[in-house]
Amino acid sequence: MRQPRIIIVGGGLAGLMAAIRVAEMGAPVDLFSIVPVKRSHSVCAQGGINAAKNTKGEGDSTAIHLDDTVYGGDFLANQPPVKAMCDYAPHLIDLLDRMGVMFNRTGEGLLDYRRFGGTLYNRTAFAGATTGQQILYALDEQVRRFEAEGKVKKYEGWTFLSAVLDDAGNCCGICAMDLKSMEVRTFPADAAIFCTGGIGAIFGRSTNSVVCTGMAQSALFQQGVDYANGEFIQVHPTAIPGEDKLRLMSESARGEGGRMWVPKRAGDTREPRSIPASERFYFLEEWYPKYGNLVPRDVATRAIHKTVFELKLGIGGEPAVYLDLTHIPRETLDRKLEGILEIYEKFLGVDPREEPMKVFPGVHYTMGGIWIDNNNQATNVPGIYAAGECEYQYHGANRLGANSLLSCIWGGRVAGPAAVKYARGLDKGAEAVDPSVFERERKRQEGINERLVSQQGAENPITIWKEMGAWMTEHVTVMRYNKNIEQTDSKLQELQERFKRINLSDRTKWSNQTLAFARELENMLVLARVITLGALARNESRGAHYKPDFPERDDKNWLKTTRAHWDNGRIQLNYEPVDISLIPPRARKY
Amino acid sequence: MANQKTFLVRVKRQASPKEAPRWEEFELPWRPHMNIIIVLRDIAERPVTRDGQTTTPITYDSNCLEEVCGSCAMVINGRARMACSSLVDKLEKPIRIEPMTKFPVVRDLAVDRSSMFENLKRMKAWIPIDGTYDLGEGPRMAPAAQEKAYPLSRCITCGNCLEVCPQVNENNAFVGAAIISQVRLFNMHPTGAMHAHERLDAIMGPNGVADCANAQNCVKTCPKGIPLTESIAEVNRQAIRQAVFGWLIG
Repeated sequence: MRQPRIIIVGGGLAGLMAAIRVAEMGAPVDLFSIVPVKRSHSVCAQGGINAAKNTKGEGDSTAIHLDDTVYGGDFLANQPPVKAMCDYAPHLIDLLDRMGVMFNRTGEGLLDYRRFGGTLYNRTAFAGATTGQQILYALDEQVRRFEAEGKVKKYEGWTFLSAVLDDAGNCCGICAMDLKSMEVRTFPADAAIFCTGGIGAIFGRSTNSVVCTGMAQSALFQQGVDYANGEFIQVHPTAIPGEDKLRLMSESARGEGGRMWVPKRAGDTREPRSIPASERFYFLEEWYPKYGNLVPRDVATRAIHKTVFELKLGIGGEPAVYLDLTHIPRETLDRKLEGILEIYEKFLGVDPREEPMKVFPGVHYTMGGIWIDNNNQATNVPGIYAAGECEYQYHGANRLGANSLLSCIWGGRVAGPAAVKYARGLDKGAEAVDPSVFERERKRQEGINERLVSQQGAENPITIWKEMGAWMTEHVTVMRYNKNIEQTDSKLQELQERFKRINLSDRTKWSNQTLAFARELENMLVLARVITLGALARNESRGAHYKPDFPERDDKNWLKTTRAHWDNGRIQLNYEPVDISLIPPRARKY
Repeated sequence: MANQKTFLVRVKRQASPKEAPRWEEFELPWRPHMNIIIVLRDIAERPVTRDGQTTTPITYDSNCLEEVCGSCAMVINGRARMACSSLVDKLEKPIRIEPMTKFPVVRDLAVDRSSMFENLKRMKAWIPIDGTYDLGEGPRMAPAAQEKAYPLSRCITCGNCLEVCPQVNENNAFVGAAIISQVRLFNMHPTGAMHAHERLDAIMGPNGVADCANAQNCVKTCPKGIPLTESIAEVNRQAIRQAVFGWLIG
């Protein structure tokens, strides 16, 4: 049998899991990543991974995991794929355990589980507070083993530019650029799986890593791959603001008993520990007695906004609230949360075991992403698959904490075999495609580089990026008003015009990060518009998408998936029904 | 920058592996909570040297910016550190930034550390599972064993331990502390232990654990506080045991 060639773009959890599965099926894999895969953004995931193992006699089940996820996502997720993921989650934990992930253990030597947001059960397996790093390493090691056996070939330090589509519109490979030599080259493949992660850079500062620009998703979108529910952006309630990045303080801090509060008196500048309990406002516990500090992220984030901007109770008048761990024994903190405490300590010089942390919400995750079908992680373009944060399935209008690692690994697990099956079913493989098809795409991409390098003007890409980020963060995150969203879209179009006059301060042909960034930025601007237009159109409030002028969920008009389509340079919004065949929608009240 | 507080930064530049290095000096506006990543971004937004010469933005590796991906290792004020967690206010001025010296320079501050990943491959640094099929749970492990292994598994492959190691030099390609510590990690795991002899064979080979000269710089520089010298001692013991007794009775 002819072995198909599979390309995987992105080497985080989803990409590595897909690579393992494809290699296991005997098909050769070409794995592309901007950074060495061990440095992928998945390392930033902290708190844990969900699986209803019910190890603590609470009566948890995969059915309850499904319900929590669907309800937490405000009924926007297609339910059968969520069910498949939740049902299989316990097996994935077993697999990771076998791969040697150093999960925390109970006295009996079993995996320990902790609480997370949006559930009442201890369902989250964890490895200290660096669970993403630990799981990524385990998958990286398995892929390295396949690499040593010659089954996986890595292209690290390459950035994806575009898919190569044959005359029938099927994917027959990719076009990528070597970030050292800046060489643009095409690579044939019978199918390509995209696992290109988040889009935080569109908001300027976020909890995401530098490579999370959404460039690949945007490039694919402009080649006809639909993009769904782009307007659903998760803003995590607890991050440490920084000029370069918003550093996440995991939800597990609250899962382990952390409490959020502000001084009851506005502008109170006393040392936090000197403020007596009676003069503290534990706003989440007061407003949400059942879930307390563990309400879902969208709810917690809006509560912080209300506390800071409406009630004017931010610490010392600043946009910040306390995340307090000081009542938890030091030994417990070190055993279960050390990774994040270390981050706070290193970047702010304050020991969070001794002093409450000052935090504020930050852009964290995109629920929306590349449109895929309900069974195979297949996009609407034959031969293109997607898995992980870059696709839209599983989280609806708001993602529950510790479901992201799960959906990445699950998505990769499904996408790998699905791509192989598709490729094996082809009459003719990519080798039969006329070389001119590849040449055409390579020339198109080289042309873009030429244009950017030779163009003269007064605009700086970093300045345009900062402006985009500031507008998107202010108007298209927690509180969305149509007037502001409209202005943001005009601004984005203005930035697109200005982009035509950017002047690259580096025109060399070796390891030119300025050129690579300009290409990312051009794509970010398109995806920013997809997000913005999706938000503008959706006149309701659902999950992370909140419009004060339309404060209620409107199932009659808006229980539907936004599906953006690139129509000859125009962003067209179409809508399709959500599969709610398993759990009828009900009001979401925590 | 008349009324604004500024500070000086000197960066060692190198346009390509073939070209000679040179220094450039920048005067930057000070703001609270700056780190070296913000310094490099400021320069990228306005690539003009202190004496008014237009230059190019500085090429460097970075990704997570919270010291967990290992990308942004460089030599700052003579010390191997992560750029993201190097805070401007804690550094003596002018700040001197150079690429790591134990790895080939790609351009400016970006170096090629792929040899570390190649060495992980050579040491079979993985748990050899039978496949991703449903084969039940992994082996049980005592909490104390997990607590001992977990710190080792936080190694971010930044290469700082190689940068400070006198045994890593032009004449010696010593694998270094990070890789040896990974051998210890996989040999500790119940499944990994079944194949410990293969890793020990590899680490006893050329440029292996025997090349450590016990300078102990590695453990002092490790940004993740990994007990690297303990790992080296332990792997050394395992290697000697295997060399003397063979792996079946070792």
